[in-house]
Amino acid sequence: MQELIEGRVWALGRDVDTDQIISGKYLTIIDPNELKKHVLEIALPEFATRARPGDILVAGENFGSGSSREHAPQAMRAIGVGAVVADSFARIFYRNAINLGIPTIEARGVRAIFETGDVARIEMRAGRIANARTGASVPFPPLPHHLLELLEAGGLVEKVRRELAARAGPRGSS
Amino acid sequence: MTPSTRGHGATLVEKVLARASGQETVTPGEIVEGSVDLAMMHEQGAQTVGPFHEMGATSVWDPERVVIAIDHWVPASTEGAAVLHRILRKFAAETGLPHFYDVGRHGICHQILAENGWVVPGDLAVGTDSHTNMLGAMGAVATGIGPTEMAAVLALGRLWLKVPETVRIRVDGRLGPGVTAKDLVLRILGEVRTTGAAYRAVEYSGATIERLSMPERFTICNMTTEMGAKTGVVAPDQTTFDYLAPIAKHAMHPMYPDGDARYERTIDIRVDEMPPMVACPYSPDNVRPLPDVAREHVKVDQVFLGSCTNARIEDLREGAALMKGQKVAKGVRFIVSPASTRIYEQCLREGIIETFTEAGAVFTSSSCSACFGGNMGILAPDEVCASSSNRNFPGRMGAKEARIYLMSPAAVVATAIRGEIADPREYM
Repeated sequence: MQELIEGRVWALGRDVDTDQIISGKYLTIIDPNELKKHVLEIALPEFATRARPGDILVAGENFGSGSSREHAPQAMRAIGVGAVVADSFARIFYRNAINLGIPTIEARGVRAIFETGDVARIEMRAGRIANARTGASVPFPPLPHHLLELLEAGGLVEKVRRELAARAGPRGSS
Repeated sequence: MTPSTRGHGATLVEKVLARASGQETVTPGEIVEGSVDLAMMHEQGAQTVGPFHEMGATSVWDPERVVIAIDHWVPASTEGAAVLHRILRKFAAETGLPHFYDVGRHGICHQILAENGWVVPGDLAVGTDSHTNMLGAMGAVATGIGPTEMAAVLALGRLWLKVPETVRIRVDGRLGPGVTAKDLVLRILGEVRTTGAAYRAVEYSGATIERLSMPERFTICNMTTEMGAKTGVVAPDQTTFDYLAPIAKHAMHPMYPDGDARYERTIDIRVDEMPPMVACPYSPDNVRPLPDVAREHVKVDQVFLGSCTNARIEDLREGAALMKGQKVAKGVRFIVSPASTRIYEQCLREGIIETFTEAGAVFTSSSCSACFGGNMGILAPDEVCASSSNRNFPGRMGAKEARIYLMSPAAVVATAIRGEIADPREYM
C-alpha cells in the first residue's frame, strides 16, 4: 500500500448500488478482464472505456449498496483503480474492496470537493484527501490497524496465505 | 442474563458475537475474530475456489458446517452459469463437502438454510449473498460476505467483524386484514431508509413481532439488508423453537438481549392503522401507502411472485386464495417462482400450481428467477413490474429504465388481476 495515492478523479452520485456497477446479466462472468468492460455501465457508462490505471472513484453516500457481488470491486481492480473514496459505503462492498487490496476510504464530505477530471491526493496514514486543483481537503479517520494490515499484505488472499504458511511451520511440506 | 462488567447489559447481537469470539463481552466498534457456525455459498462461491487455492488452503475447516445451494440460474440457463455450477460441484467433490443442494433438490439459498435447520439460535452464519440477513430471524447473527472472504472462512473457520451498534425497532399493534409482514418491513424501510442502519445491527421486538410466524420473520429480517444493516435479528421464542425442533442441524445457544442493553437508538412503530405499502422506483425506501399509488392507475407489464423475501408456501397459499377463479389481466405476464423445490412440491399437492396456471400465470421451478435480472423474466426498457422481491434499483430486473414496484404477495396478485397496481383488500 502506498502512503500517498494520487490520481485523476471520476465523480459519482449517491446510492450507486452494485446493480449499477456490474449488472445482474454479467454475474456469470468470472474473468476480471471481461468484467471490467462493463464496470459502472449504468452509473457512468464512459468509465469502462476511458478510465486509466490509477484513476480514483469519488462517490457520494452509500456507495456499493445492494448485493454481495464481488464482481463490482473485481472489475475496478482489473481496471487498475487507484482508490475508491466515498462519503459512505455499504458494508459488503467495503469489505470486498479491502479484501481485494483496493484502498477504500470513507471520508464524510469528500464528494462535495471534487468534480470529474480533478486530481485527488490521498495521504493514507495522515488521513487527508485533497483536491490538487482547488486546494480543498477533507480529513478521514485512518483505517484501523487490522485493515491497514490487510491492505499492506495486498489483500486477504495474501494475508491468509502467510498465516497458513506460518501455521505449517518452516518444516511444513506444503 | 450474563453478569456484565461494563455497567450495562448486552444486545442480542453483542451476545452472539461474544460467544463467537470466545470473549466475555464485546463492545461496539471493537474488531473481533468470530468462529463461524455455518457458511453458505451459492453460485458466487465459484469465485471462492480460486482464492481458496491461492491461499494455499487444501482442506475446509469443517465440511459439516458448509452448505452449497445453487439458485440464481437453476437449471443452468447460460453456458457461463453451467461453468459456475461445474466449478462448485468439482470443488465440493475435491474437498469433501457433502451438503450440496444441486438441481432437483434446489432452492433459494436462504430458504434452503431455513427449511433444513442449518442456522439456529446463537449461531454466527455467513453466506455469499447479501440477503443472508434473513437467517437472523433464528436469533442468530447472519450476514453476507463476498467470495474472497468466504475462501478465508473455508480455510480458517473464522472472520473479522466489527461489532456493530444495535438499532432497536419495536413494533406494536395488530396488522389489519390484507396487511402483511412485507408491508411492515416496507413501512420500516420508509422510516429507516437505505442507509439508516448501515454497519449496524437491527434488533426487532415488540408484541407485533412476537406474534409473527417464522416465515413472516424471515421476510422482515430479509429486507434488513435494504437498510444497510449487517444483520437483523429477532430473539428466539417458542415460535422459533417449534419451527426448529424437528430440523435443527446442530446445538442451539439461545440468547436474549439484556433489559439494560445499550442501543444506538430505538424506533417505535405502531401498525394498527397501517395500510398495505409499496416501494416505488428506484429505491426500496421510496415507500408510499399502496392505496395512494393505486389511485394513480399504474399499469403493469409484468408481475412477479417470488424471491427469498416472499415465495414461501404461506405466501403462495395467500396468493392462490386471491387468484382462485380470477384471470391474469390481458397484456400482463405473471411469473410465480417458489422459494424451494420442497415448496414447489407442496404447491403441487395443494393445487396451487393449477390455480396459478389456470389463471394464466407461469409457474416456474424454484430459483431467484426474475428478481435479479440475469436469468428469466427480464424487463424491457420502460416496462413496469410489480414484484414481491426486495430491490427496485435501476436495472435490477433488466433494462435500467424499467420501473419496479415492491409489495406483498397479496398485492402482486391483486395487481396481476387488475393489470394495474391494486389494493389486495378489494379482492379478499
